[in-house]
Amino acid sequence: MNELTGTGKLVRLILRRDRVLMALWVPWVALVPLSYVASINEIFPTAAGRQGYADASAHNAGFVALYGSLFGSSLGELVAWRAGFIPVMIGLLSILTVIRHTRTEEETGRRELLGATVVGRHAGLAAALVATFGANLVLGALLAVGMISQDLPASGSWAFGAEFAAAGWMFAAIAAVAAQLTSGAGSARAIAIVTLGAAYVLRLVGDLSSLGDGALSWLSWLSPIGWVHQIRPYGGDRWWPVAVAVCVTAVLGLVAVALSARRDVGAGLLPPRLGPASAAPGLGSPLALAWRLHRGLLAGWIAGFAVLGVVLGGVAEGIGDLVRDNRDLEDLFARVGGAAGVIDSYLASMTSLLGLIAAGYAIQATLRLRNEETGGRAEPVLGTAAGRLRWAGSHLVFSILGPAAALAAAGLAMGLTHGLNTGDVGRELPRVLAGAMAQLPAVWVVAAITVVLFGLLPRLAAVSWGALAICLLLAMVGTALRFDQWVLDISPFTHVPHLPGGTATATPLVTLAAMAAVLSVVGLAGLRRRDMPIA
Amino acid sequence: MTEAIRTDGLVKTFGRTRALDGLDLAVRTGEVHGFLGPNGAGKTTTIRVLLGLMRADAGAARLLGGDPWADATALHRRLAYVPGDVTLWPSLSGGEVIDLLGRMRGGLDQRRRADLLERFDLDPRKKGRAYSKGNRQKVALVAALASDVELLLLDEPTSGLDPLMEEEFRQVIREEQRRGDRTVLLSSHILAEVEALCDRITIIRDGRTVETGTLADLRHLTRTSIQAELVAPAAGLAALPGVHNLRAEDGRVRFDVDTHALDEALRQLTGVGVRSLVSQPPTLEELFLRHYDRAGAAGDVAVSR
Repeated sequence: MNELTGTGKLVRLILRRDRVLMALWVPWVALVPLSYVASINEIFPTAAGRQGYADASAHNAGFVALYGSLFGSSLGELVAWRAGFIPVMIGLLSILTVIRHTRTEEETGRRELLGATVVGRHAGLAAALVATFGANLVLGALLAVGMISQDLPASGSWAFGAEFAAAGWMFAAIAAVAAQLTSGAGSARAIAIVTLGAAYVLRLVGDLSSLGDGALSWLSWLSPIGWVHQIRPYGGDRWWPVAVAVCVTAVLGLVAVALSARRDVGAGLLPPRLGPASAAPGLGSPLALAWRLHRGLLAGWIAGFAVLGVVLGGVAEGIGDLVRDNRDLEDLFARVGGAAGVIDSYLASMTSLLGLIAAGYAIQATLRLRNEETGGRAEPVLGTAAGRLRWAGSHLVFSILGPAAALAAAGLAMGLTHGLNTGDVGRELPRVLAGAMAQLPAVWVVAAITVVLFGLLPRLAAVSWGALAICLLLAMVGTALRFDQWVLDISPFTHVPHLPGGTATATPLVTLAAMAAVLSVVGLAGLRRRDMPIA
Repeated sequence: MTEAIRTDGLVKTFGRTRALDGLDLAVRTGEVHGFLGPNGAGKTTTIRVLLGLMRADAGAARLLGGDPWADATALHRRLAYVPGDVTLWPSLSGGEVIDLLGRMRGGLDQRRRADLLERFDLDPRKKGRAYSKGNRQKVALVAALASDVELLLLDEPTSGLDPLMEEEFRQVIREEQRRGDRTVLLSSHILAEVEALCDRITIIRDGRTVETGTLADLRHLTRTSIQAELVAPAAGLAALPGVHNLRAEDGRVRFDVDTHALDEALRQLTGVGVRSLVSQPPTLEELFLRHYDRAGAAGDVAVSR
């Protein structure tokens, strides 16, 4: 196996480089479900209580959209269901890890440096996969041991661990294939993340459909996220989806190796195209440059959000049907306003989810500034007559308006599809659109936090992802864990009015927008005073 | 004579590292000034201070009559900068980058752009990610040289260029020199390049200026090596102050001599009769080694070759 010579050494190099990152995310992700055990135990100590919670949740479209289908009411099943979004996060972390150690290495030329030493052709790819597989295996084992320590059944706990690990493996392998396709790490990452997003949306549509007429429930079976949910820890402990995941991982891994053997180091399978010999007349300002750098990302987010809007809007009416058809749950739903109330609450929780996702875009767009700085591409621009603030402002236009465009696309698509289903576009479209746009000030606060970090503590700019993680965590588990209100209030998204259905008040939105403005000014003032570039 | 660049006692620290430690630099308008130093001496930091990208902790800097930090934007219209490590936007073609940077600086001479593209043999249609290091360097050079500016700040501009292109670069700089109204600050550690191009030179080490002046000035500080075949042994030579590393065998002598003692040493040689004579002028290389070699800097180790 000459092609794999040196894999072990490269694995050690990866572990050395990622010792902090991996030591953070592996145990952190594994420990999150432990908090669910405590909170569900505390809130629903009796089997009857859990049964009631499960009955309501299993038919709550918002929960099903986020976590997946719920199959039982035992403590273990509730915890595993509640952790249903975590495989997506594990998939994302695995993708980032694999791309970081494959295509990024090639793009920066470090792969060449190592490739000239005694290292086999496939050692780099193999090492990235081995390290990521290993990290996921450790994660799964930690989770299983943690669950067993909470007196949950051992077989279910191991199945639960396998669910997490299998999700990580499959997306690591998908990332390995993506890394062979393009010569840029950014586009490879985008391909893999879009695949992950598609897997999530397929699972979401399929599961929501099985709440209603079930016509599209087969879509869940096309999704790797759907497969790992089919393991059903503590409620069947089915191991065949794990076998499927292992097979898919192996096949994708071999595909990646085969593709890698067919190309040169540094090159992608998709050939690079030539560009124009001179710039279009408009390309002559920092804003024009920022447009060139952001437009692909912007188009991707708008398209993705529009599709998500169609999907989320398309299932809304079916949720109403479910309530209308279900006599047993009539009383329960009557308390939240009947079918209309349930649909509104579903739409509101979906717009809130869209807002959190759009905040991810806002951070990504803002961090472009930092990428330009560390990549050495800010310096030539700042060496021209373009001032710092104009340079930064040009990128921030996209952090501010990009999420606005994406949320508008999602809101329009969602309102339109839902309106067409109910036959009242004139009523539904503005309500849903308003619900989506109301997220914007909170999204801006997250973007502004990124600007502050970039301006004052540039080396920690990526910590803004942590801020978003806190917002996500509070939105996902905050109420279930019965956090104090002041803790929930940390997240700007807590202050966004629940629309449609809730009362629309301008005060929190204006306050959030003002806060975002103040934070941005602080960040830009810091940028104006500091050295450039700071490595 | 007016000065395009002047710094006095610049200090810049990064944490515990003292990148600049009282750096003085004076560049006269219209000259090509060589800025020499080993890696990590502070060349790039100095240029970043001059560009207003970094603020010095102490000392003063003037650039084209303005304050590099406060007047950055206005000054940048009058200068062009080539970073030492050029990275391009992966999705923009080389031609687009040249035009973009030129326009943001306030205009580009299209004829000169076409001429430079041809001379540097650069395909402007390739995307940023497809260029080799040398070609990325050329993109930045064309963008800077095609701009109509008063000052060029070039940070190791020929790193990654092949010898043919290095020669082309020298030609272009010589043409700039002949125009007479453009000032060039050329940071480099390639001595031959600086020797070939520069009117005046500043040598720095550890963030401090160790030598500055014209090449001729600096040559006074170093030694000429002499090899001669003599009719008879030159007895007085060894006693002469300023003669170093004297070796004599079979009527041949080799020695290095300080510039001030050259005249007297030659008189000694002709006194006994010279059959053949080879003299090597002091090179910048020796100057460089003398300043960078710590032992050499400490005292009396002569540079022999």
